[in-house]
Amino acid sequence: MREYELVIIGGGPAGLAAAVAAHEAGVRDILILERDNELGGILNQCIHNGFGLHTFKEELTGPEYAGRFIEQVKKLDIPYKLNTMVLDLAADKTVTAMNREDGLFQLHPKAVILAMGCRERPRGALSIPGCRPAGIYTAGTAQRLVNMEGYMPGRKVVILGSGDIGLIMARRMTLEGAKVQVVAELMPYSGGLKRNIVQCLDDYGIPLKLSHTVVDIEGKKRVEAITIAQVDERSRPIPGTEERYECDTLLLSCGLIPENELSRSAGVELNPITNGPTVNESLETSIPGVFAAGNVLHVHDLVDYVSEEAGAAGRHAADYIASGCKTEEDYKALPIKCENGVRYTVPVAIRPEAAGDTVTLRFRVGNVYKNKKVAVYAGDACVFSRKRPVLAPGEMETVILKTKDLKDHPEAGGITVTLEEA
Amino acid sequence: MVDIVIIGAGVSGCAIAREVSRCKADVLVLEREEDVCCGTSKANSAIVHAGYDAANGSLMAKLNVEGSRLMPALSKELDFPYENNGSLVVMVSEDDRPALNKLYENGVANGVEGLRIVERDELVRMEPNISDQAVAALYAPTGAIVCPFGLTFALAENAAHNGVRFQFDTEVTGVEKIDGGWKLSTSRGDVEARVVVNAAGVYADKLHNMVSDDPMTITPRRGDYFLLDHSAQGHVSHTIFQLPGKFGKGVLVAPTVHGNIIVGPTAIDIEDKEGVATTQAGLDEVRAKCGLAVKDVPLRQTITSFAGLRAHEARHEFFIGEAAPGFVDCAGIESPGLSSAPAIGVMVSGIVRDILKLEENPAFDPKRKGILDPKGLDDQAHAALIKENPAYGTVICRCETVTEGEIIDAIHRVPGARSVDGVKRRVRAGMGRCQGGFCSPRVMEILARELGVDQSAITKAGAGSELIVGVNKDAI
Amino acid sequence: MEEKNLICINCPLGCPLTVTLENGEVKTVTGNTCPRGDAYARKELTNPTRIVTSTVKVQGGTLAMASVKTASDIPKGKIFDCVKAIQDIELEAPVAIGQVVLADVCGTGVDIVATKNVPAKG
Repeated sequence: MREYELVIIGGGPAGLAAAVAAHEAGVRDILILERDNELGGILNQCIHNGFGLHTFKEELTGPEYAGRFIEQVKKLDIPYKLNTMVLDLAADKTVTAMNREDGLFQLHPKAVILAMGCRERPRGALSIPGCRPAGIYTAGTAQRLVNMEGYMPGRKVVILGSGDIGLIMARRMTLEGAKVQVVAELMPYSGGLKRNIVQCLDDYGIPLKLSHTVVDIEGKKRVEAITIAQVDERSRPIPGTEERYECDTLLLSCGLIPENELSRSAGVELNPITNGPTVNESLETSIPGVFAAGNVLHVHDLVDYVSEEAGAAGRHAADYIASGCKTEEDYKALPIKCENGVRYTVPVAIRPEAAGDTVTLRFRVGNVYKNKKVAVYAGDACVFSRKRPVLAPGEMETVILKTKDLKDHPEAGGITVTLEEA
Repeated sequence: MVDIVIIGAGVSGCAIAREVSRCKADVLVLEREEDVCCGTSKANSAIVHAGYDAANGSLMAKLNVEGSRLMPALSKELDFPYENNGSLVVMVSEDDRPALNKLYENGVANGVEGLRIVERDELVRMEPNISDQAVAALYAPTGAIVCPFGLTFALAENAAHNGVRFQFDTEVTGVEKIDGGWKLSTSRGDVEARVVVNAAGVYADKLHNMVSDDPMTITPRRGDYFLLDHSAQGHVSHTIFQLPGKFGKGVLVAPTVHGNIIVGPTAIDIEDKEGVATTQAGLDEVRAKCGLAVKDVPLRQTITSFAGLRAHEARHEFFIGEAAPGFVDCAGIESPGLSSAPAIGVMVSGIVRDILKLEENPAFDPKRKGILDPKGLDDQAHAALIKENPAYGTVICRCETVTEGEIIDAIHRVPGARSVDGVKRRVRAGMGRCQGGFCSPRVMEILARELGVDQSAITKAGAGSELIVGVNKDAI
Repeated sequence: MEEKNLICINCPLGCPLTVTLENGEVKTVTGNTCPRGDAYARKELTNPTRIVTSTVKVQGGTLAMASVKTASDIPKGKIFDCVKAIQDIELEAPVAIGQVVLADVCGTGVDIVATKNVPAKG
């Protein structure tokens, strides 16, 4: 097997954008490894519109959005291997992979970009009691069956979780002829975008029940009924609030988990909050030369930001290769602390000397907040402040810091991101 | 008229089938589900008990110790996963010392080898995550873990290889004495047999009561479990039980042969013989109890929870013998039934052999090769395999790294996988942390292709559990 | 005078809008924090439109289905008519993004176009 300078694990939106950006930054020796039978990743099954408003200034569907990047990859002649599973990533960046044509093979790239995406939280991880019949699907599995294979997984549907895929699937199932009876959400707020609640549920008269969960699944062979109940502040079901729905299908949209099994095997340090790698301003993980972007790093709500982040990872990987794989160990790193409802940040540390003119900071909050101010401090000095009329866990926040502002405070030992009263 | 009909293709029925295939006989196994290993055998602790627990002098004690003794060699002969990890029965209060000593003595009397009591210091060295309350434990070096699916499929495949026939989706609804044997009414017509073996698990009482004046009641005793991800591997290395005592009966925490951790079960007597639904209360009970013997059990890494039924007879004993002439019970096979299965097979086949005066089958082949798992090969052999059969180069289940080659093998075995669960139990596709989210549509596609049926006919676990109900827009 | 309530979808704020109508004509919009809310309410109550996305069957392609969409938004009331109109369509592979699958769906003047490239098999 011939060697490559840069190996990108994953040919979804993150991997594609990273490949294009790395190529534009001068890397000519790139290989994308994709486990599915086509490039594009999960976008291939996201046939709804709403993608690309930031990147292409027009509203595209998932396959169209992916198509734009696939076209670029093909035009730039960036090699890729489909149906190829990466089995192992070692700390020395040795990639072990497998497919039908090449068999089992190893690659020893100078840099690796992790772009494996995420998976859905299954029923088991939620410990929903009841029977275990056919008819329980994650929203994404149902999405694949309906949108790519043309198969209906059920006729009468209850959905648990109001994540965006669940909301989108409520509409998709309805338009394909199924009856979606209710969407139950454990939290007192929806995890999905407002637009999706209005256009996927309200448009079709599908009720959304906040602070509700599934307490029983009936059916020996196939789902026959689902019982939901209201929950208290500790998310425990409240007896007497049960409502039973006769149905044949339960769809789950209860959160996404970054797929970091390879990162873990390589020894990449992971953030327990995001379940993704901890990265610095260059999106470089704890292993020099291993970068991460997209949903493997932290779960995004807009693919446009995945592309943007992955583009940056591609450029940083290119810089790393161009510099002869040097790691600047003596650069001072400013760790980022999260306060007052800020759950995490990506990156977790910034090295002002390694950063370009600006550093993009992305984060999520842990609750719904109104009339707040997002503030960033370098030491005690405020370097960024912006009013936000509303912040919600379902919407990722972005802050762009000027590197100069950080350099102006050489005394600072760290950075703090916080919410303050507006 | 066939010579022998075995009702039930669980681990007992398959062990009996395999043992009687050593003889010249026409053997038919009837199973009401679509596959082997669909009842109690598929949902249990996956433990080979050493044999100190069952009352000395009982059949249960005898067969447990014997089954546990036979298991290692059988695992080599039939190529299924087995690991002799040893077990510990942990005492969390000094007040329970007499009970621990009693258990030790019972085990010694049962003939369990190597038993000894380990005190806290040694216990902590053996199991660093043992609870802070743990005082001492009974250590059984012969305790082991096994893949219950692997064991049952291995027995069934070897039986089939030696001429036993399996008929699925066939429920026995009636038993009638006829000249020279029995007539069974089934959901697929009548079957006549010279000898009938009743290995029907939680339904064994129903069949028994059709032929005997001495009625039997099997109570389904439900046990709820959590199964934890590979990332929890190593939290414990032995099978850890809690000594029943001051704090009630605990739950076990044990590794599985596939690198997961299993936690459970509860013991709730129910009426419904199909009542494998978990309940909030049951799962909460496991959560509350698992910390007594082992600390910090990482339940957040749960990948699934499930419930299984034990076929409990009020006298807590195995009932093996003729309920009527030529009608052989193998009933009340609750825990340690899995551990005892190899010995149950030998015992029941001995009874049948005597009744029918069967001759040895000189063509009997005791060997069975399991489904090839390429993960066990070295790189060179692995590469050669993919070159020879590229289907081994396509990964279908990402979480457990299961290839198309393994799935095709599972489907073409005899008896082979016909459902998504059948594939899952044979090769672990869908058994991992995403629980089939990614691979189930692919597995459905492969099943449809290999079985030559439409994808809409593919089920999760037999008729009525179809995964697809139609095509887009067919009902608007 | 008629009063209607809706939620603005322009941003995560999700302002609860109250609209008064007279003879189907919007008189006032309240509850919005910005002009986008006002415009949204007026459009939504007088001429609500949506982009519809769906799938159609493909013969002889590497995939069994191709995703499609209305090339621009169509009246909300015509969503199901639009889905019915494409119910029986079967395309021949290859299918290219942007290819017209059905022109002028349900008299809306809007075409249904493919959103996925499906190469021919083999």
